[in-house]
Parts: sequence; C-alpha cells; structure tokens
Amino acid sequence: MSEQAAGPTARRVQATWRVNGESVTVAFRPHRTLLEVLREDLGLTGTKHGCELGECGTCTVLLDGEPVLSCLVLGLECEGREIRTVEGLAGPEGPSDLQRAFAELGAAQCGYCTPGFLLVAEHVLAREPRPTRAQLVEELSGNLCRCTGYLKIYEAVERAAQRRAEGAAAEGRHGG
Amino acid sequence: MGVDRRHGADDGTPTPERRGLLDQLAEGYRVVGASPVRVDALAKVTGETRFADDLSLPRMLHCKLLRSEVAHARLLAVDAAPALALPGVVAVLTGEALPIPFGILPVSQDEHALCRDKVRFVGDPIAAVAACDEDTAFEALKAIRVEYEPLPVLQDPAEALKNEVEPLHDHGDDGNVHKRIAMQFGAVEEGLADADLVLDDLFFFQGNTHLPMEQHAALAVREPDGRLTIWSSTQTPHYLHRALSKVLEMPPSRVRVIACPNGGGFGGKSDPFNHEIVVAKLALMSGRPVKIALTREEVFYCHRGRHPVLMRSRTGFRRDGGITAMHFQTLLDGGAYGSYGVASTYYTGALQTVTYQVPAYRFDGVRCFTNKAPCGPKRGHGTPQPRFGLEVQIDKAAEALGLDPAEMRLAHLQPPHAVTANWLRVGSMGLGACIRQVVEGSGWRQKFRRLPRGRGVGLACASYICGAGLPIYWNAMPHSGVTVQLDRGGGVAVLCGETEIGQGSDTVLAQVVAEILGVDLLDIRLHVADTQLTPVDLGSYSSRVTMMVGHAAFQAAERARAPVARAAARHLGVPADRLRFAERRVFDVQDPERGMAFAEAVGLAEAEGGTIACAGSYTPPATPGRYRGAGVGPSPAYSYTAAVVEVSVDEETGVVTPEHVWIAHDVGQCIHRLSVIGQVEGSVYMGLGEALMEEMAYRPNRFGVHKIPSMLEYKSPTTKEMPPVTTWLIEDPDPNAPFGAKEVGQGPLLPIMPAVANAVYDAVGVRVDEVPITPDKVLRALAAPDRRVGPKRFPDLRIGEVMRVKTEAEGGDGTAPRPPRAAARPGARA
Repeated sequence: MSEQAAGPTARRVQATWRVNGESVTVAFRPHRTLLEVLREDLGLTGTKHGCELGECGTCTVLLDGEPVLSCLVLGLECEGREIRTVEGLAGPEGPSDLQRAFAELGAAQCGYCTPGFLLVAEHVLAREPRPTRAQLVEELSGNLCRCTGYLKIYEAVERAAQRRAEGAAAEGRHGG
Repeated sequence: MGVDRRHGADDGTPTPERRGLLDQLAEGYRVVGASPVRVDALAKVTGETRFADDLSLPRMLHCKLLRSEVAHARLLAVDAAPALALPGVVAVLTGEALPIPFGILPVSQDEHALCRDKVRFVGDPIAAVAACDEDTAFEALKAIRVEYEPLPVLQDPAEALKNEVEPLHDHGDDGNVHKRIAMQFGAVEEGLADADLVLDDLFFFQGNTHLPMEQHAALAVREPDGRLTIWSSTQTPHYLHRALSKVLEMPPSRVRVIACPNGGGFGGKSDPFNHEIVVAKLALMSGRPVKIALTREEVFYCHRGRHPVLMRSRTGFRRDGGITAMHFQTLLDGGAYGSYGVASTYYTGALQTVTYQVPAYRFDGVRCFTNKAPCGPKRGHGTPQPRFGLEVQIDKAAEALGLDPAEMRLAHLQPPHAVTANWLRVGSMGLGACIRQVVEGSGWRQKFRRLPRGRGVGLACASYICGAGLPIYWNAMPHSGVTVQLDRGGGVAVLCGETEIGQGSDTVLAQVVAEILGVDLLDIRLHVADTQLTPVDLGSYSSRVTMMVGHAAFQAAERARAPVARAAARHLGVPADRLRFAERRVFDVQDPERGMAFAEAVGLAEAEGGTIACAGSYTPPATPGRYRGAGVGPSPAYSYTAAVVEVSVDEETGVVTPEHVWIAHDVGQCIHRLSVIGQVEGSVYMGLGEALMEEMAYRPNRFGVHKIPSMLEYKSPTTKEMPPVTTWLIEDPDPNAPFGAKEVGQGPLLPIMPAVANAVYDAVGVRVDEVPITPDKVLRALAAPDRRVGPKRFPDLRIGEVMRVKTEAEGGDGTAPRPPRAAARPGARA
C-alpha cells in the first residue's frame, strides 16, 4: 500500500490504443490487465471474464488481429495497438453475418462465452474462409462453453462461412 | 387421466372467446414449436446483455470477502478495524452485524452471511471490506486479524455418521446426520424373496460442480428513501428477496431484487448467498452502491453442486427382466451447510419408480455434514446419482438373465398415467418411443456385444420432473404469475418473475403470449425477474419454468384476448368464436378479409372497458401421496429420455473416448424447437463431463482443502472431448402441460453417465461402478481379479423405524397409517 499500488490515489499510467477503429487515451494503474481496462475504464463490458487466469477463453479479444486472452495481457503492452472487441463486430447496419448466424442457430444460450467465441471465429474465418469441422474443433478448443456442447457454435460458424462464400461468389459474378 | 389442461384450466362451459381461442389453436400453432430467433439472442451476440458484473453506478464501492483458510475451527476473534483504517476503505463488516441466519429451506436456516461462532469449510466467509476499488479491498483483507481454534475436520460422510466428533451444527436429525429417511412402499423383502435374480450392488457418484462461465456477482444500492435494490446473478430472485428481508430485518416491500440474465446457472445460483447479503448490508451502511464479483476460486467455494453419493441397490428381477422389488440406499456427503440438502436426500430416492414398474420399493437415505463446500442442486438435483446406479444395475441384470437391455426395459415400462409404488402420478410417457428410436438410430442391434474389443455401446434411460409439485416454503399461493398488458399501439407488455439463465425462458414466455394474441415476438416487451414489478415466479430450478410460467402466461394472455375479441366481434358483426388472432390481425376465420389490425381491436376494447391489464397464474395439481416426504418427487408431468453412447477404450492408457451419442427425449411438445435441441446437446455435453472427468476433489489429508479450484485443473470437456450427437424429439403432448410441453433442461443429462459406464463394459468387459470413469480406474479395473472398480463397503445407516405406506395395488390411500416416531421434526416439509 505504501507504493500506492492500491487506494484512491494509486499511480496511473496513460496509454493510447485503437479500440474498434477509434483512438482512445486512457489512464489506469500499471498492473491492470487489458480485460480490466476495457471493462472498467472504457465501459466495454461486452468482453466477459470466466477465470481471470487464462484458463477459459471467455475474455478473448483480437490484438492486432490475433486472438489474445485479455486477462493475461497488461494494458501497458497495448500502446499504439489495434484492439477489437465484440462491440466492434456489429456495423451501423446491425449485427455481422457471424453474429446473426450465432443468433439464428442457437449458438448463444446464456451468452456469456459468446463474445470470446465470436472473436476467435472471426479470426478463423479471416484466415480460412471455409474451415472444416476438424479445424473448428482445433481452433475453438481454447474456449469453454458450458451450455451448448459446442455443436451449435460449429454450425453457426459454418453458416457464416457459407454466406460469406456465397456473397463473394455473387460479387464475383457482378464484377465479371 | 383427468382433464386435458394443455390449453388452460377448464372453467366449465367455454365462452365464445374461449371457443375461438381453442379453435385457433386446434388449427395449428404459428409460433409454438417453431424456432424464431430467441428474444435475447441479438443482445447476447452483440455483447449488449448486461450480466450482473457489467453493471456499475456512480460512487460505487467494491467488496471483497475474507474467507476461512481452515476447514473447521472456532472463531475466537475477528478484528477488522485495521482494515478500516486504510486509505480507500469505506466500510468493513463481520458476522456480529448480521446475527440472523438464513438458508434456502425453512428447515435448515443454518447459514450466516459472515461466520460468527465457527468456520465450517475452507472458503467460509468471515469478514467483508468495501473500498474504492477492487485492488484496495483485496489489499485490505490482509489487515483483518482472525484467531482460530482448530476443530476436528470431517471429510468423509461415513466418518460423520459415527458422530464421534463435535457436530458442525446444532440442527439436523442426529449429530452430524443432517437428514435420515426410511420409507417403504409395499412388500419389499417378499418381492426380493420371490425374485429369480437378486442383485446387490454398490455404486459411488463423485461430487461435481456447475462451473457456469459467469462468476457470481451482485450490486446493491440504498435508494434515497432508504429502500434497498440489488441486482444479482441469481436463479431465484424470489427466495433471495425473502432471505434479504429476513436477515436485514426490512419489510419485503422495501427490498427489490432484480435477477440479471445469468451467465449459466445449472443450479449453482439457486441459493441465497453470503455475498448478496453482504453487499446489501454494506450498501445500507455506507449509503453507496456496493458491488462484488466472485473470483473463480470463490465460485468453487460457493458450490451447491452435485452431492457425492454412495449407494447400495438391492433389486429383485424375474426371469423376464421385470423388477419384483427394490431396496435403494443412499449416503450423501452434504458438505458444510444444509442448502437444498433435505430435498436432495429425498430426490436420491424419489424417481427410481417412474421409468420401469417397481411394485415394491424401499428407500433409505442419509445426508451428513462434512467440512467441505456445501452441496446442493445441480442439473438433475439428486437424481443423476441413483439413476446411474439403477441403469447400470439393469445392464448387469440383463446380462445375467440373457436379455437385451433395450428389450428388457421396453417390456416393463411404467404405463402412462400410472401411479407408482411411492405415489407419483406419471403423466404422458414416451420412454418406449425414445428407446425404440435410439435402438433403431444407433444401430444397437448390430453393435451391442458385437463390436471389436475396445469399442462398445451402452444404453440407459431416465426421467425428470417438470417442476416440483410443492413449493420450497409451505404456502398455498401460485407458483408462477404473469401479467399481460396491452397498449393501443399494438404492443404487449409481459411481466413475470421468471429468470433467464440461458435456457430460453424469456423466449418461451414471449412465444406463448404471441401464439395466443397473434402478435410478433417484436411486439412483445418482457419485464422479468424484478420483485418490485413482476408477479412472483419461484425461479429457474426443478425444470419448472416452461410448465408453470407457460400455464400462467397462457391464462394471462387468454384473459387479455377476451375483451379484444368481444370488441372486435361487435365491431365486425362476427361471433367471437369465429375470430382468429394471427399476423397482428383479428379476423373472421370464415372470411379472413373481414378483420382489423390487432392494435385497432385493442383500441376498441380499451374504449369499451378501459385499460387492458390481465394476470394469470398457476398452481400445480394436488398430488396423490400424502405421507411425510411425499412433497419431493411429485410433478405435473415427467419427461423421459433414452440414450445410446458409443465409446472406444484404450486398454494401454485407460482413456475412454465417446465416439457418438444418440439420444431421444420425450419433451411432450416443443415450444422453441431449436432451444429444446440445444438443451439436449448441452445436457449430453455436461453428462459426458460428469461421466469421464469432472470431480470436486479434496486433498485426502483431512485438511479439507479443495484440490483444484480452477478451470484449468477442474477438467471439463472442451471442443476436443465433445463427440457428435444425434437428437430425436418425441412429441406426445402431456395433458397437464401448457401446449403439452414438458421439460428438457435436466432430464437428458441423466442417462449419459450410466450409458457411458455400460458402454465401457461392452467395450472391454470391466465394470467401473463409479463416476467419473477416469483412465486410472479403467486400468485398475482391467487389472482387478473381479474386473471391477467401485465401492466395496456400505456403512450401517443406523435406520430406526421405517415409515410404511401401502401402495395403490395394496389398497392404500397415499398416507402412512400412523405417524412415524422419529422420522423428522415438525415443519420438516421438504
């Protein structure tokens, strides 16, 4: 306490991040994690926590496009970097195709693990537009879900992949 | 079989409006049975859903609990004053400030928000701090001084049973025996003597925990007028409301509980918890909002999960596989507090009779206190353990009798609408259809005892209640209430105390109202789980919500529909029984063009009779059993499930891999089909976890320390452990259920554990008569002379007098002929 790691006047550091495409400057105590700063200092509570020890995948966000467990990343490590959270998936027109597929196919029951799964899935689709079921099993294995048994989550990612492929094909036809 | 109450209570001669509604439903459902996007889904996929820890308020303080580091000790001194002196600390709290005990059941009010005299398990809360932020509160805990006087630690219920050390509590049936039950229905010993085969088996079901992804959280605030509001991740806001009112000595009218959507519950958020009472008290003391969010480790200490249960099952079989009699005994490791334990104990004996005919039945059950995190209700509440024993024993009997286990079960099913030996009235009964479906679909006949060594299939069945027939505290009021309020813009407000824990209860509520009023789900605004605004619903437990909220919503919506139908009938010049409500219109079924917008019809009705706000409610039907203990087990209806699991077993490593699960569930009628399938798949998943890896493990050195209070070490299935699942739904509407819809949230979990055990036997010929079936046990069984791993001894439960109740076949009337002497204390209604 003497070094004021805690207490009302504890020392804070300032950092500037890009969060969901917007620049933000935020001050926080230097030991705070990305998870804590997102939720508590920036009010982005869409990112959830299940263990805060890097065990469950619930707090996954994309850091420079790569999935990270935000409970294991210090806020200090994010200076100048690009962070994408569930709040950044939907556009002005509403939820993304992946989010809609999750909603339509019952991939979200309690919905608590959903943001983490969405961000991992978004990352998978960015690299592999038509993932196989075996790839999904592998890629999603770091995220726990206690409601669905994962099956509806696979189906939702596959539906989004299919729609994107159809959309790309249609665009290709129009372009050609 | 009684009156069909699927479409609401029969109130004599139906009015024209009611006839119109019944005809509308008879012509086919529009919303019920379909899979519209769940009403909560878009908020969940966009991160907009506000779980309890997502809330914050200006000037909010953060709370942390100091928890006991020892399993059993007298508290000699607790000094929190040094913590209060630290910068940023606003309030501290110890047990002295909260002298009134609480607990979920009226018979076991044995918890204090903070320990006063003793600590009873590692993790028992002793003191609390409210500070400017979480870090400060956490640091301040270190300044609190606690002086313990160690007491002997009980870890084993068989030890607790001996009553050789100081009891944990001063309540219960006998020292550390919290509850002792012995009841007999029919001539059990005679039935066993008449049997062609008597099996006497011991089983053990290890404790496991809910592990919801969301850690419990609560936020309390003192309103300017002194009233209290608390938001919490609770499955039972009504019971929390009662506990807060009692402990804080505030009239219930001045306490408001709002249950946030739960990030998974599975029974783990069904008790009123220490932390909820603590933040409420701290908010009242400080005048500032106070929030707590438990760490994952603390969630393991809250627990209330599956009881470890040691079982002995003595069952007589005829040559044809029919059961002549069963004597089932259970010893429950209750952990440190009562929780739902009295009900849990009864449940370990209640539902053995609803699947197959059991003409004579005896049940002895004992729950002991031990110095471990308290056990309570987890998905299936008290029934997965005995179901495991029963279904594995039937598999053994089939082999001994040379019968196919599927055919053997099919030949002896309880008939629909039968009354069991222990006086449970079975409603619709689709188990036969479930068994036939999984046998056909899995290729059972080609696989059973025919797969190559190392590969096997197992079959098991189960049943579960659709809501408990009696409430937790004795009262004659409805179990569920719904208010439907119509506005002239065509909007519908629906108010209900039900709590969304992920199972889809919000959507079921909205669908039922939408079906009756013919509106879209988007026209409906739900207001749920707020004790200040919403009619009471007892909570999201015991698979009661679709049954009870469904009935109440049906009644409320029908009552709101009637004046609208009357006004529209007059305006259109059409008899009200010809009116249909669909597509947001009210129209003549014989001339659909003749009609009007729903909103317009509401306006006409409002002009005629004033604002339309109608309530509906539901109370379960009376149950035939009237003996002490008959309160646990009865339900308006029972769901049924059959499952076949195929596994491969590696004889080198002992690893059991589930390869495929085929499961058929008798749900009566789907309300939201996709969610029903989701519940089945989720149950299979959770059942596989219980079967193969999940366990609440304590260090065996008697210090009562949980081995693995973390998600990494408490093994649960990841994507890689989840096999493909083929699901079938059997829809045979139950006459007692709204639209005929039965439960699906818990029943489908039950057959998975025994089906896995039976499949392991089929694969490598060893019996692992306990769960979880971990690789070390498989290897030990393979090396054992009797090819078995499982319990070898069952302690004397020291049963005194056995309550005897005549069965229906014996001409009984559901009562015990004379009151048992030492069965239970007054008020011990379970």
